[in-house]
Amino acid sequence: MPLIASGRPGLRLLAALSCAAAILACGPAYTQALVAVPPLSSPVTDLAGALTPDQSAALDAKLRAFESAQGSQVAVLIVPTTQPEEIEQYALRVAEAWKIGRGGVDDGAILLVALEDRRVRIEVGYGLEGALPDATANRIIEEDIVPQFRRGDFAGGIATGVDRMLRVIEGEPLPEPQARSPAQGVPGLFQVLPFLFVFAMAGGAALRRMLGRVGGALATGGLLGFLTWVLVGILGFAIGVGIFAFILVLLGGLGGGGGGGAGGNGWYSRRHGGGWGHPGGFGGGGGGFGGGWSGGGGGFGGGGASGRW
Amino acid sequence: MHMLKVAAITVASLFLSACGYNTLQVQDEAVKSAWSEVVNQYQRRADLIPNLVATVKGFAAQEQAVLVGVTEARARATQVNVDANNPESLKQFQAAQGELSSALSRLMVVVERYPELKSDQNFRDLQAQLEGTENRITVARNRYIQAVQDFNVTVRRFPTNLTAMVFGYDVKPNFTVENEAAIATPPTVDFSSTPAPAGQPPAAAEPAPAPAGG
Repeated sequence: MPLIASGRPGLRLLAALSCAAAILACGPAYTQALVAVPPLSSPVTDLAGALTPDQSAALDAKLRAFESAQGSQVAVLIVPTTQPEEIEQYALRVAEAWKIGRGGVDDGAILLVALEDRRVRIEVGYGLEGALPDATANRIIEEDIVPQFRRGDFAGGIATGVDRMLRVIEGEPLPEPQARSPAQGVPGLFQVLPFLFVFAMAGGAALRRMLGRVGGALATGGLLGFLTWVLVGILGFAIGVGIFAFILVLLGGLGGGGGGGAGGNGWYSRRHGGGWGHPGGFGGGGGGFGGGWSGGGGGFGGGGASGRW
Repeated sequence: MHMLKVAAITVASLFLSACGYNTLQVQDEAVKSAWSEVVNQYQRRADLIPNLVATVKGFAAQEQAVLVGVTEARARATQVNVDANNPESLKQFQAAQGELSSALSRLMVVVERYPELKSDQNFRDLQAQLEGTENRITVARNRYIQAVQDFNVTVRRFPTNLTAMVFGYDVKPNFTVENEAAIATPPTVDFSSTPAPAGQPPAAAEPAPAPAGG
């Protein structure tokens, strides 16, 4: 205390810092961390080592083939535990993060196994609730999966369960599968927007000097509109962007504020867009480059069934 | 000079968009649609119950008290006319649904005593559907709570609270945890051989995650 009261600034700072360090060292009240949702890179995600690489690859191939043939996406996730959450809560978090299934159609399903907890759950997307209602999911778990799990045959149980799920889904009339849209590999709209505005400013200034005020504005508007159309694929929106750029360049130098406003609106739409299923270009967001696997924007509502062995 | 005028117009227009009127509209609609989803799932549960009662009656007709209790609780829950913007109405709705949950729990306790009923495939399907619906209710409630939270934050935070005041938007009520004291006390587990009396519902009045995110 005398050290601090002596008023030497260096010592006071040191005392303050060591007090702060002591407080921080006590740590926050202990909270058990939730199990993280693993990143999605393939239909089969085995974090608990229940499957051999061969079995995993076979299952992976089967699920990818199913997606090409049917359009619906089915994923398998094996984790050691979901504690402190219940498997239902964790399954929903995974489903909302991965967005398995086609946007709008919502035809995704996830088979989730928590090995140490001895729980299994089939999480069913909105669109598959007709083909795979809770009662059917429960039967698949009780009749196909749990008996084999009880014998310790995890690979067999998962394979049989998945087979039955695929058979059931096949029976459902769903929209035809489409080739993975090319917009999937292109950056999502809201990542491109800032660049478009920067281009509008720089390009607009240059074109204005070259072609005069109106000419430059027309050229910038046309170019930006075309670019937007190529990237996003929606003609109406591209026309809108073109007109907006035209006005910007005409008036000259308004880019900063407009960019900020548009960026802000984009955030809100994305927040609310979770379960609505935007077309592929919006949700693609760079996850689809070469060999990876990503969800198609499908929504989940908590349907499905759980079981234990 | 021209640039200055233009800059001034831009700043003024930015201010307008920062006032959050559009945000309030979007979030208000989100709350409405989340609410109709909640009501939808509660209705789905109510629709399952007659079938469930009929199936149980086939095996356990003597359990009149519990079966009648469930049927009556369902009737009361479906009669409640709820206005999501009125906190009293929301509380009544929650209470009625909570009573239905308790009645269903009592029914499930009774069912434990009838192994033939438990192994009946029809009953197992119904039970799976009921569990699935309970999960859907939980999910719908959580999403509604989140939507209301977003809306309330916009209504309360500056400067959008000014817009909210001007246009008459007020904070919306949210689901509450009923009877927090009862939930805070841990349930007593009794493994003695005397069976629990039929009227003893298990502890918490509402299913799974409390809105407080516990």
